[in-house]
Amino acid sequence: MTVTPWDLLTSDIMRYPLIIAVLMGVTAPVVGTYLVQKRLSLLGDGLGHVALTGVAVGWLVGAWVQTTPHDLLAIPGALLASVIGALVIELVREVGHTSRDVALAILFYGGIAGGVVIIQLAGGTSQSLMGYLFGSLATVTGTDLVIALILAVIVLAIGVGLSQLLHAVTSDEEYARAAGLPVRAVNILIAVLAALTVTLAMRIVGALMVSALMIVPVAAAQTMVIGFARTMRTAMAIGVACSLGGLVLTAYVDLPPGGVIVLLTIAVYATGLGLRVARGASSSGAGAHAR
Amino acid sequence: MSHPVAETPVISVRDLDVHLGSAQILHGVSLDVRPGELVALLGSNGSGKSTLLRTIVGILPARRGTVELWGRPVQERPVHDRIGYVPQHSAETGSIPATARETVAIGLLGARRWRTRGRDPRVEALLADVGLTELAERPITQMSGGQRQRVMIARALVRRPELLVLDEPFAGVDLETQASLARLITRLAARGTTVVIVLHELGLLAEEITRTVVLDAGRVIHDGDPADRPHLDPGHEHIVRPEECLGQELHP
Repeated sequence: MTVTPWDLLTSDIMRYPLIIAVLMGVTAPVVGTYLVQKRLSLLGDGLGHVALTGVAVGWLVGAWVQTTPHDLLAIPGALLASVIGALVIELVREVGHTSRDVALAILFYGGIAGGVVIIQLAGGTSQSLMGYLFGSLATVTGTDLVIALILAVIVLAIGVGLSQLLHAVTSDEEYARAAGLPVRAVNILIAVLAALTVTLAMRIVGALMVSALMIVPVAAAQTMVIGFARTMRTAMAIGVACSLGGLVLTAYVDLPPGGVIVLLTIAVYATGLGLRVARGASSSGAGAHAR
Repeated sequence: MSHPVAETPVISVRDLDVHLGSAQILHGVSLDVRPGELVALLGSNGSGKSTLLRTIVGILPARRGTVELWGRPVQERPVHDRIGYVPQHSAETGSIPATARETVAIGLLGARRWRTRGRDPRVEALLADVGLTELAERPITQMSGGQRQRVMIARALVRRPELLVLDEPFAGVDLETQASLARLITRLAARGTTVVIVLHELGLLAEEITRTVVLDAGRVIHDGDPADRPHLDPGHEHIVRPEECLGQELHP
């Protein structure tokens, strides 16, 4: 019997991951748009690594208080750690004593090192982190879905609802200060939104690839449309299409969903770039012909 | 120079010291600007005029001294709703270029207004005023210096500011745009808008400027009528003579 995409969408195993994939696809590019605008594209990566430490701390606390299942506190731990990481990065950026890329690099290394050390202390091994590093559909639970829903509502309410304010601050901070906009609060808010999105998406695409879903759809949208609002809307559409498409595809072919989703976004980017280059070549050729 | 004393100054700067990194840029600057004045800040490159302007609008913090707008500390964000600020160059640093319409719409936001609804008629009117309706959907990074400056002016004016602050608005702008900007500033000043403008030369606004403030090495060396000639030591090469500012560009 052939399994149709509709069968997949309505199956018990795939329902939660598919809903989370849609939420992830729509929210990650919203935050990504602001990170690209602030030239902080690697922030999501740094926070993904810090979230791993949070996962391990969640395991450790779970082991102490003997939760069932033992990784019950992993996602809340990731959420807490990535929010703290986001606030630290923003503080470093504001104070300016350390360059931003060095601060991000320290976050990368500290996050991954903290994760593997603490997971061992919690009685696990680095293998226990694999599902969080690369995503794991099989382990998605109802609790994950509820957390993802709450995070998505927060990210969309702020990221889309206050898009003009966030756009103003991320594109010209000096003007925003002169205009009396709450610059500091907005910068902190964006960092925290990035942390929430990392936590939301790491179950599906994994901590190592979570940033790609924030950034690549935005880069792809930039090859197709102009203007800030249009770029964000197009990136959201690309994010949802690639997340859903990737997940459905991996139901037919035995491939890791996180990697497939990210490769799909890169394929959209490459196609958009190719078409733009072709359009540029044909218009300059037409111009030369006219001359 | 005599000023009416009853009115609260629009800008009141007292004993201002401002540092950029470890370098002190402003040294004990004091200045009052009254409602309706059109004040030009003049001085050579590095004299501190842009730093003073950016401190007045709250971009830069003061190490010592105070800045008040309408009698309120500049740190209070709501007071900024009454300011229109035009930076020296578009300081837009983002990598997703906004369209002219999006950029002008940002001018509507303020301390208590964080979003606008749909296409605002004030934005469309300002785009028409500066002659950019046809280019409203063009990214500002794909515009000429003059067009971009007009977008920045429209963004500042869409707020209907009581105080307009401009940092070298004629720099890198074609002559035609310079003339239309000068006419616009003159019209606003005539309507009672207080204007503070950083210039290298008075140029097209020479007839309209009511007061010049000349800075040298972070200190006010002249504050008064544009025609006044303070006695200056000609051997002091760092001091800028106001007469140099009136007709020709200062040394680069």
